[in-house]
Amino acid sequence: MMKYESQGVAKLYFIAAIGLFTGQILFGVVMGLQYVMGDFLFPEIPFNVARMVHTNLLIVWLLFGFMGSAYFLVPEESERELYAPWLAKLMFWIFLVAGALTILGYLLVPYAQLADLTMNDLLPTMGREFLEQPTITKIGIVIVALAFIFNIGMTILTGRKTVINLVLLTGLVGLAVFFLFSFYNPDNIVLDKYFWWFVVHLWVEGVWELIMASLLAFVLIKVTGVDREVIEKWLYIIIAMALISGLVGTGHHFFWIGTPDYWQWLGSIFSALEPIPFFMMTLFAFNVVNKRRRDHPNKAAVLWALGTAVMAFLGAGVWGFLHTLAPVNYYTHGTQVTAAHGHMAFYGAYVMVVLTMISYSMPLMRGQKAGNQKAQVLEMWSFWLMTVSMVFITLFLTGAGILQVYLQRFSEDPLPFMVVQEKVALFYWMREVAGLVFLIGLILYIYSFFAKGDEVVFAED
Amino acid sequence: MRETFTKGMARNIYYGGAVFFLLVLIGLTFDTVKGLPKTDNSENMTELVAAGKRVWERNDCIGCHTLLGEGAYFAPELGNVYTRFGESTEAIKGFIKGRPVDGIKGRRSMPQFNLTDEELDAVAEFLKYVDGVKTARDWPPNVQG
Repeated sequence: MMKYESQGVAKLYFIAAIGLFTGQILFGVVMGLQYVMGDFLFPEIPFNVARMVHTNLLIVWLLFGFMGSAYFLVPEESERELYAPWLAKLMFWIFLVAGALTILGYLLVPYAQLADLTMNDLLPTMGREFLEQPTITKIGIVIVALAFIFNIGMTILTGRKTVINLVLLTGLVGLAVFFLFSFYNPDNIVLDKYFWWFVVHLWVEGVWELIMASLLAFVLIKVTGVDREVIEKWLYIIIAMALISGLVGTGHHFFWIGTPDYWQWLGSIFSALEPIPFFMMTLFAFNVVNKRRRDHPNKAAVLWALGTAVMAFLGAGVWGFLHTLAPVNYYTHGTQVTAAHGHMAFYGAYVMVVLTMISYSMPLMRGQKAGNQKAQVLEMWSFWLMTVSMVFITLFLTGAGILQVYLQRFSEDPLPFMVVQEKVALFYWMREVAGLVFLIGLILYIYSFFAKGDEVVFAED
Repeated sequence: MRETFTKGMARNIYYGGAVFFLLVLIGLTFDTVKGLPKTDNSENMTELVAAGKRVWERNDCIGCHTLLGEGAYFAPELGNVYTRFGESTEAIKGFIKGRPVDGIKGRRSMPQFNLTDEELDAVAEFLKYVDGVKTARDWPPNVQG
């Protein structure tokens, strides 16, 4: 059912992505428990280690997801086989082994010892949030990314060039280029923080949005049959707004780290515009699905696509806006409000877009047009369980965050951090319950791939 | 979208907007970096502070704490810990040194990192230096961080 045989390499990437996703959620549940039972697994797995595993697995599995998506999408858009399928397979194993060794390193030896083992002193890059990977792993990521971009780039350049595959390529090149800032780690803490955002912000509020929008556009073309011209126009205007707002919008991270005051204005104004591209994505997805020319048998994929647009707007757009204006951020910066936003934004935008691609492409790679009836029903159940529980995780963390802000920063008599943490514990317990529901949703999601049932009957298109 | 708004126009907004605002960001970055010495406390940057930043990183302190509001939200803000601990590096060192190896029953506890005296000196100096960074509106809002 695939148009090109080499698209099949995506399957490896997606299986690894789902496996690592499961690890991420298990460690998330551990951390959630540590929030309320402080000595859980202490000192074997202290919170910082669990968090490193949780966030690094997220990044790595999303990268697997993006790469798998690109390997599936690019041959089809370019109307040719992948330039070098063997390279895609080789890089898969290199990335998987490097990723697994890094995670095992976090878990099995103290972090300082891992720094020594990997000779961090030669080029110290470790110990910064999300960039905790040993320098050698970072170099590995660059090599894998370059080989990947070469493979994808050669396929596109020697094949049909579409807006979708060119935007995707731009996003992926941007991803690789901005990652290079992770090697810059000056002693000056303000400089360090300033350029750290060139990886973190310009990834998730910049080039990743290009990747996300192009993946979504691809799936929407496939499942709705709407004219490519219409979809490409939307795609351009969405990513235009993403970069117009998001580039200078980086300034919302430069409010309180010793950078000039003008960032209060620039960061507030431009990041207030950042919800626009996400809102347009929602309009786009619903508009296109309403105008569909065919009813695709893969209902689950359509649900994921629409869900992505809505949840990305809520998580990245609305929850981002909630605390992005400098006068508000003065109180909320670095509290559970940030955590709330982080969870729904990552889930809504990037987790869901990868799951959309998997949902659309996996049946095709397994020789079906769509999953069987039962598999789709289970998948849609898992969609709702994961999505609704993520909404509740976000709401509970927001509740905890608002209380934290009041008690620790706003009231007449500010209380110490740890005292406040105990006062908001009820919210952490509820978040943990929601987290367990998410885990159940994920288990159901995995099970849906193995469910047997009646083939979906569909009209010829 | 209406036919009067063509794909070509959308493409031009994308390229034009992206390039223009990338240049704006680069320009602002040069300006920010140039002006940093006024706020970044670099006059107090020493070998010891730099070594302290390495200690901070080698032990993944950011995995639990925030520093100027960035990091994890599991443990207190440390960008102003020097002020909170009565402007005493000794108090900071004492706290780090005194963490129980097996934690505290039922509660969050900082691990015992077994830092050497040199490492303790360095990381305390580093935290003192970060406290000296002049943040806008003197963030965090109060001593509790």
